Amino acid sequence: MKVLVCISHVPDTTSKINFTSDNKEFDKNGVQFVINPYDEFGLTRAIWIKEKQGGTVTVLNVGKAETEPTLRKALAIGADDAIRIDAEPTDAFYVAQQIAAVVKENNYDLVIAGRESIDYNGGQVPGMLAALLKWPFVNGCMGLELDGNKASLIREIDGGKEKLSASLPLVIGGQKGLVEEKDLRIPNMRGIMSARTKPLNVKDATNGDHRTSVGNYEKPAPKSAVKMIDADNIEELVNLLHSEAKVI
Amino acid sequence: MSVLVYIESWEGKFKKNSFEAAQYAAKTAAAIGTEAIGVTLGDLQDDASVIGKYGVKKVISVKGSEFKSFDNYKVAEALKSVAEQQGSDTIIISGTWNGKAVAPVLAVAMDAGLITNAVEVPSSTSPLTVKRSVFSSKGLVEYSTETPKRIIAFIPNSIGVSEGESQAEVAEGSVSIGDVPAMEVTETDRVKGKILLPEAERVVSGGRGMKGPDNWGMLEELADVLDAATACSKPVSDMGWRPHTEHVGQTGIAINPNLYVAVGISGAIQHLAGVSSSKTIVVINNDAEAPFFKAADYGVVGDAFEVVPKLTEALRNFKENN
Ligand SMILES: Cc1cc2nc3c(=O)[nH]c(=O)nc-3n(C[C@H](O)[C@H](O)[C@H](O)COP(=O)(O)OP(=O)(O)OC[C@H]3O[C@@H](n4cnc5c(N)ncnc54)[C@H](O)[C@@H]3O)c2cc1C
Ligand SMILES: Nc1ncnc2c1ncn2[C@@H]1O[C@H](COP(=O)(O)O)[C@@H](O)[C@H]1O
Repeated sequence: MKVLVCISHVPDTTSKINFTSDNKEFDKNGVQFVINPYDEFGLTRAIWIKEKQGGTVTVLNVGKAETEPTLRKALAIGADDAIRIDAEPTDAFYVAQQIAAVVKENNYDLVIAGRESIDYNGGQVPGMLAALLKWPFVNGCMGLELDGNKASLIREIDGGKEKLSASLPLVIGGQKGLVEEKDLRIPNMRGIMSARTKPLNVKDATNGDHRTSVGNYEKPAPKSAVKMIDADNIEELVNLLHSEAKVI
Repeated sequence: MSVLVYIESWEGKFKKNSFEAAQYAAKTAAAIGTEAIGVTLGDLQDDASVIGKYGVKKVISVKGSEFKSFDNYKVAEALKSVAEQQGSDTIIISGTWNGKAVAPVLAVAMDAGLITNAVEVPSSTSPLTVKRSVFSSKGLVEYSTETPKRIIAFIPNSIGVSEGESQAEVAEGSVSIGDVPAMEVTETDRVKGKILLPEAERVVSGGRGMKGPDNWGMLEELADVLDAATACSKPVSDMGWRPHTEHVGQTGIAINPNLYVAVGISGAIQHLAGVSSSKTIVVINNDAEAPFFKAADYGVVGDAFEVVPKLTEALRNFKENN
């Protein structure tokens, strides 16, 4: 079983988000970057697959050299090798095209991506990748079991979940449920040592198109000061919700 | 030229977001100077002419059992087919779970530019430019696409809906669905008779301060008087007090209801990331220093077990008198 795990390199969830003074770019100053949380679930799931039925786990990122520590971390967690496609990941379709080119070259059986990157919250790359490959695509995937080349999957839907069956190869946009939080693998000393010698192959980007462009950033308007209401005067809250906030 | 909008339905009934999608499409079409056309897929119980209330004058209704269970590829093929027949170059999709699974597949099928997470109607139509949310609601940015065909998926509850009087003209449509990757839905497990979290206008949410799953009854009662959906913080779903589908925040779902009532939730940055764009936030917490108060519009310092029943009671009285 050859599994490819797509990893995006994103600001840690506790990061304060700032933009450059001309509002043209995200200000990376002082921001700690991590493996996209949804991809962490997928990576651990991939390692379980390998441990149970053999095979390899490759991690891939489309990004510049700054993302290599994130890929090294994925190697320390247990991936066998890493690929970095040397390009700015500014457009989802372009990124999907880059990943599709690697998948076509390497005959993976399964591509695990996350349901969205927590930076741009696009939720586009896995679905576009699947469509480019003409493979089944299960989004919001919270369960994956393999039996030969048959896959049983669970996906989130509005207000519930669905079970599906499909054949490999396929692409998932994964999330928690693939494994639980307590099961997430973290790097140990041996992993960190061995990650240094595992292959991290840097590839040039192939041709691709950009279909979107990014304009000015802004921060959401700040909230006005909170109005505190005495717990013994809860009718006051009801009145405010009605006459001021107009939500009831 | 026209704008096409996917009117999602479930077991023959329209999803609530579909009305907002129709309105989004009607506004976008007006800005471009063209008409908006709705597409329904599958057999319906609801009358498609109601879509007219939201500004869409024409609905193409495509019947057929192939849409009985949701298949992102089949839906994308059908939308592409109708878009070709109607000469539509702009497609509007509501960012529901299913909508999010369709949009990227459709973008590839149609060679379209895709902008997801939109929070407003387009600010400009050439090139098509839309404000979208990024960094889990911690930022906003304008995205543009210059491709001849383009798709916008918006975050539910972003523009709201207002109802007019018109009825849409409904025409039966037929589509050709090519070879698509095979997937089969084997079981669907969906709550019935409850307001669904992603489309809820009002949400009542509980955190670890609720102490245990047995105490959720009072939140459900509060949700009931408010016609609200229920949600929870991450530890609450991690501990299995509530289902995973109710988990909101950076790693749960992001929502932006008109009213978010947070009970016994501290207001960690990852929680706020999923709820901070709610229009009105009420926080009930027994710790006056809880960080959530800084992000709230209205705050009550007090024990949830006393405040929540009182609030439910006060709301009931209010409803009886209004
Ligand atoms: C990578 C990562 C991702 C995360 N993603 C999310 C996410 O998506 N969503 C999310 O919610 N969290 C997320 N978290 C967790 C987050 O950091 C907080 O730990 C979590 O939100 C805290 O949940 P809580 O407010 O329910 O619990 P606590 O922080 O324990 O707060 C409980 C609150 O209840 C109050 N309280 C106690 N008793 C009462 C009472 N009787 N009446 C009234 N109030 C009472 C307390 O004063 C306290 O403020 C994430 C964390 C990480 C590291
Ligand atoms: N630059 C990238 N390199 C590798 N994988 C990516 C990249 N961007 C997105 N992905 C994958 O696609 C998923 C969804 O990302 P997005 O479509 O950007 O929200 C992520 O969880 C990753 O698995």
